[in-house]
This record gives sequence, structure tokens and C-alpha cells, in this order.
Amino acid sequence: MSEGISQADRPQALEAAGEPRDLFSKFDEIIAQREGLLASGVEDPFNLVMEKVLSPTRAICNGRDTILLGTYNYMGMTFDPEVIAAGKDALDNFGSGTTGSRVLNGTYQGHKEVEAALREFYAMDHAMVFSTGYQANLGIISTIAGKGDYIVLDIDSHASIWDGCKMGDAEVVPFKHNDIAAMDRRLGRIPEGAGKLVVLEGVYSMLGDVAPLKEMVAVAKKHGAMVLVDEAHSMGFIGPNGRGVAEEQGVIDEVDFIIGTFSKSVGTVGGFCVSNHPKFEIMRLVCRPYVFTASLPPSVVATAATSIRKLMHGGNKRAHLWENSKRLHGGLTELGFTLGTEEPQSAIVAVIMPDLERGAAMWEALLKEGLYVNLARPPATPAGMTLLRCSLCAEHSSEEVETILGMFERAGKAVGII
Amino acid sequence: MDRAEVDSRIRALIEPFNKKGVEVSDETTFAGDLEFDSLTVMDFVAAIEDEFDIIISMNQQAEIENYGQLVDNVQQLTEG
Repeated sequence: MSEGISQADRPQALEAAGEPRDLFSKFDEIIAQREGLLASGVEDPFNLVMEKVLSPTRAICNGRDTILLGTYNYMGMTFDPEVIAAGKDALDNFGSGTTGSRVLNGTYQGHKEVEAALREFYAMDHAMVFSTGYQANLGIISTIAGKGDYIVLDIDSHASIWDGCKMGDAEVVPFKHNDIAAMDRRLGRIPEGAGKLVVLEGVYSMLGDVAPLKEMVAVAKKHGAMVLVDEAHSMGFIGPNGRGVAEEQGVIDEVDFIIGTFSKSVGTVGGFCVSNHPKFEIMRLVCRPYVFTASLPPSVVATAATSIRKLMHGGNKRAHLWENSKRLHGGLTELGFTLGTEEPQSAIVAVIMPDLERGAAMWEALLKEGLYVNLARPPATPAGMTLLRCSLCAEHSSEEVETILGMFERAGKAVGII
Repeated sequence: MDRAEVDSRIRALIEPFNKKGVEVSDETTFAGDLEFDSLTVMDFVAAIEDEFDIIISMNQQAEIENYGQLVDNVQQLTEG
């Protein structure tokens, strides 16, 4: 159902004959599924190795020259010369790592600079950088919503959101994906006086669909709830300044916390939260996933800061990325594939497969054509779907998108999906 | 609301989710007997929440394994 919900609701009856049960017995079902898939002769979709990376859109994968269409490298910043130069410079001048927590010896000039870049990018008062995007959600959600508070969240939320809910011990109340009325009803039933946090995403990464944030944020505010929006998949290209879906829909000023990542459009690794809350800085002392881990290496924060500042002026790249998304979405629809959304809503185009077996076969056929996409399957996907998830890059040329469509056509016909 | 009324209203709600027509008693388990997966659980819980105008948080759901416990919980929540 969702990346975060462990599916412990089925009896684990797959005990191998003669093998004693131990703590690993709970994984027998998934071990059997994986072995079954590999026995069919398909290349392991979850063990791909990139031997050489040629550009943001090309790599040698399992020995083949491959177009990358499943990297979340939306703005193609990974090989930007200025970004790389900033990283090299930081390596030379600040060393390979900080060996410390942000609150002890792990805050370097670069960490302050990347936080300044984020404040400027989002035009917000506070920015706090975490070592990964996962930790940003884990840390902020678990710290602000504790025992006795209520978290109302979309059922298709990312694993890091679910894990943050669990860690904080708040009452967790999910609602049906993007269902404004269901969210409204749940908020209305929360006992008076209880703290309320609504958690939403701008773009949901599995189907690439966008949330009706304008309506949802209004409903949350009507009930006096704080709102956190994860904009991991929209930063850099959705909204007039690339601030995300909340900006695009005109409600960014009503959002209390925006969570984001450096591992997608920014092109490195790390996570962050930006906010205008006057007491936000106290998070640095009370948020355990921020305190009890080492800070990002100097080269990483230097590349992130340079990349974020360049994304502020990425208008042309943004326009080309949208053209790519529209062309791929339209082309795949014409070919007869079933997609996750009727219209292109983001840089993610999800192709729905009839089942895991044919999904894996299609994935392999595409790889042999020279195209890498993500194979996504339950429990990471909604409603038990198997998806081939394509994420476009601003550096994909228009010709490459046509090449990709040709690959999909041949692979789809070979596997019998179209 | 007395337990019998809560029981009969939940019994009506469970029907569309009880695809195998399992006979439901207080001891019937959702995961084992009814084979509810997590998506079914969400839809079923939403139906109960809307029927009784209550919240059954995921934390509370984790404590509910069988039908009888669900009826008891809903009855308590409707009294609250």
C-alpha cells in the first residue's frame, strides 16, 4: 500500500521443511518471491550496477550503454561543472568528512552556507539541513507530533513519513489518497485541545500525481492544524520559483513546514526542513535524527549550495523538462500503455504493468534495449500495483525522448503488453 | 449505544469486505480468518469511522485483532 507500512497482516506459513524457525523466518515469503522471479531468468531488477556514469542521462549499466530514465535527477545537476568544482574545492579545503554531529563539531561554514541558500530559495526564515531526506521527515515529524497529538496523513505517504509518525508516538490517522472530504471528516473528529499535524506531499512519487494542496491546506487551517508538505519531487521545477506544488497552487505561505531533499533536483544527498515558525531553531537541540548522527561531508554541502543557487535561475531547463514530460506521457498513451495519471502532472510518468511477472519482463526488455527505468512493486506501490516508473531529466534531449518511446514500443510488443 | 446495536451495524458494514463469506463471531480475526490486507483494513476502518463518527487511529487498530475487540472498542468510542 505504501512504502512505509510493513505488511505484517498475512500469516507467514512458508516454513521450509526441516528448517528451524528463527528471526529470519518472517522474510521467507519475500525470499520465495524473489527466488521465483530470478528463476524465470530475468535480470535482477534490484541489483543493477552502474559501472560507469557518462552524464546525468547516460551510464554503462550491467555492461550496456543505457539511457537513464529512473534517477530523480530531474534538473541534471550531477555533472554541472560549477557544482563539481565547488565540491572539489571543499574536499581540498575542508577534508573528506566532519566526523561529528551538527551540534558538536560537525557544523562547518559550508553547512551554514547551504542553509542560507535554502532560506533564499524558499524565501523562508529558517532552514535546517539533515544528513538525508529520510531523516528530515523522520526527525521533524517525530519531534513535533508526540504522545497525545494527532497526525492526519495521506495513506500513500512515503516510508520516511510513516516511520516519523511511528517514532513520535502520536495518534496516526490516515485518509484515502488525495481525498479532501475524508481528510476534513477525520480532522473534525479529533478531540478538542489535541495538537494536530497534517502531513501531505506535493508530488506522490509512485504515480507522479499532485496533491490538491490549495483545498487541503485550507481544510487543515480551518481545523487549526499545522501543515507539513514534503516537496521532494517538485523542488526546482514546479512553481514559479521552483519551490514546489504549494507555491504553484498559491498556498506556500500557509504551509508551516516544507521538507525537501538534495538527492533529486539538487543532485547530491541530504535533506532539509524550511519554516517560518518563530521557535523553529529549537529543533536543532531536540530533534534526535539531527543531533545523533554525523553531519554531511563538506563536499556534499558545497555541491548542494552551488546547485540550489543555480536552480533559482533554471527557468529554461524547467521549461524543457516539462516538454519532455508531456511528450513522454503523450507518446506512451498513444502507444497504448496505461499510465498512473491521465495528464502529465510532474516529471514522473508511471506505466502500470498488468502484474509483477510481466512488469519484470518488460523492465528487462527495456534494459536490453538500453533503457533504465524503476521497477516498483508492492508494498511500495498503491493498491498492489506493479509500475515501471520513469523520471525525466531536463538534460534528456527531445531526440532522446523519441528514442525512449521507440524502446517502449518494441519492448511492449515483445512482452505482449501493447 | 448498546453492544448489540454496535454489533449489528458493524456486521452490515463488514459484508462487502467479507469476500469469502466467512461466518463472523467475536473470535474471528481480521488478518487470519478474514484475510484483510492493509488496503482493505483502511477502507473498512474508514467505513466504521464514518458510520459512528469516531476516529480509530492506527495505534488503536494495532490492538484490535478480532471482531469482538472491534465491537468493544467502537462501543467505548461512541460513549466517549
